Amino acid sequence: MSDVKKIATRESYGNALAELGKEHADVVVLDADLAAATKTGVFKKAFPERHIDCGIAESNMMGVAAGIATTGKVPFASSFAMFAAGRAFEQVRNSIGYPHLNVKIGATHAGISVGEDGATHQCNEDIALMRTIPGMVVINPSDDVEAKAAVKAAYEHEGPVYLRFGRLAVPVINDNEDYKFELGKAITLREGTDVTIIATGLAVSESLAAAEKLAQDGISAEVINIHTIKPLDEEAVIKAAGKTGKIVTVEEHSVIGGLGSAVCDVVAQKAPAKVMKIGINDVFGESGPAVQLIKKYGLDAESIYEKVKAFV
Amino acid sequence: MDKLELMKMANEVRKGIVTACHSAKSGHPGGSLSAADIYTYLFFEEMNVDPADPKKADRDRFVLSKGHTAPGYYSTLAHRGFFPVEDLTTLRKVGSYLQGHPDMKHIPGVDMSSGSLGQGISAAVGMAISAKLSGDDYRVYTLLGDGEIQEGQVWEASMLAGHRKLDNLVVIVDNNNLQIDGPITEVNSPYPIDKKFEAFNFHVININGNDFDEIAAAFKEARETKGQPTAIVARTLKGKDVSFMENQVAWHGTAPNDEQYATAMADLEKVGEALCQM
Repeated sequence: MSDVKKIATRESYGNALAELGKEHADVVVLDADLAAATKTGVFKKAFPERHIDCGIAESNMMGVAAGIATTGKVPFASSFAMFAAGRAFEQVRNSIGYPHLNVKIGATHAGISVGEDGATHQCNEDIALMRTIPGMVVINPSDDVEAKAAVKAAYEHEGPVYLRFGRLAVPVINDNEDYKFELGKAITLREGTDVTIIATGLAVSESLAAAEKLAQDGISAEVINIHTIKPLDEEAVIKAAGKTGKIVTVEEHSVIGGLGSAVCDVVAQKAPAKVMKIGINDVFGESGPAVQLIKKYGLDAESIYEKVKAFV
Repeated sequence: MDKLELMKMANEVRKGIVTACHSAKSGHPGGSLSAADIYTYLFFEEMNVDPADPKKADRDRFVLSKGHTAPGYYSTLAHRGFFPVEDLTTLRKVGSYLQGHPDMKHIPGVDMSSGSLGQGISAAVGMAISAKLSGDDYRVYTLLGDGEIQEGQVWEASMLAGHRKLDNLVVIVDNNNLQIDGPITEVNSPYPIDKKFEAFNFHVININGNDFDEIAAAFKEARETKGQPTAIVARTLKGKDVSFMENQVAWHGTAPNDEQYATAMADLEKVGEALCQM
């Protein structure tokens, strides 16, 4: 896999914003002293007057974004997931979610792949927090192609959107002509009959590699990429439950409240099937190189392969 | 409106406040009554608003950061013609558009949903920044409580407003000196309020917020202030013009019962009659 192109989705975010800024004069980007890290610096360079640095004050930034949205512009409020969804949760809920304002939240550095900064900056709870807010769309793209498409789709969607991006460079897996991003629509990346792996974010490429390994053992694993966690493509989940009867969810997020929980909600109510959740098992992360952490916390292809094999 | 007309209107606004809270059997009359003169001046004199076209693009914006004093806001909007005054009695009732705290999705004239303290001022700063970005000349007003400014977000927002020299923004602090747990000086004193805003690069004006001459002069001065936002620190009387509510912390968030309501309305009628003698 060493020749595979890798790009961090935070890079995709910055580049997509710069593109969007060219096409739409109403795009305004906000940051909280992290423009170099969230990559909104690319937008800032192109459109300095439309880049508002709020300083290290994420709660205020969310309110400022809300105020800007009331005037018809489309603000993208950017910070690390920890601060965007965590610190500013109540501002996002009350100032953006409750009035259903057209604010896009660009949350980078999600999950344990933050790496060396450690547990204080590794947000494994943001999907859970954001999906509880009525009307909030939650998107967790799997690669560069999907991340850029997601930013565009978020702009075109009227209402609040939470976009989740990563710090770690991840393989580009959607670079093909057939790729199409539809908000709320799952993408089946690999057909299979024995088990369905439903993955999101950087876990998608790891799941594809795991499926390849499972095939060598004679296990046919379907792989579904869920980029939009809310609204969830319930039909895709129900179909998978009926088809393989065994679902494994994989996410770089707590097993509490994220994709796994969202899938279980559907399965439990509409299509009973056995589900195994792979994610961060109700623990805090730690410092270390991202790739090593992904392995240690069981989100790499090898770990997924072993767990799925035991499950099937 | 001249001063006397404004005073009469504020008296009507106050009647609407106690009527709404009495009907709801809950709500926040104290801080609504203290700010009634500010509300009245803003919506009847200062701001460019049109009840027939509440969302017109060039309107001045208002954000009630101290959202719990919605009864004062709603009573003012109703008397200004944004919706029927009779609807004030539906406040806080199931199915009513008059939510306990301002709801921009359902209430004509409300520019921003608010109520969680410290958040409204951030939205006001966002509106003011947006106006600067697109060269619009509308102005933005936000009303805060003196207890509310204990919230750290107020100062995050103020720092950005001062830094960006938002001279289209006016922050008003309703300095009635009381919060739920007691006098602000006993709970966690925010004083000196004026010096704090000065330190955040605001032009600061101290006034008696229950005096229309001083209110008018302050907003005029704010308009003439260029290159920095204005903070008006308005000393007010909590519960103003309702004898048993004045300067009583208990009336921060308590509704009058039938008997108390009758007394309150009699007090306000008396004030109104006195104004008619002037």
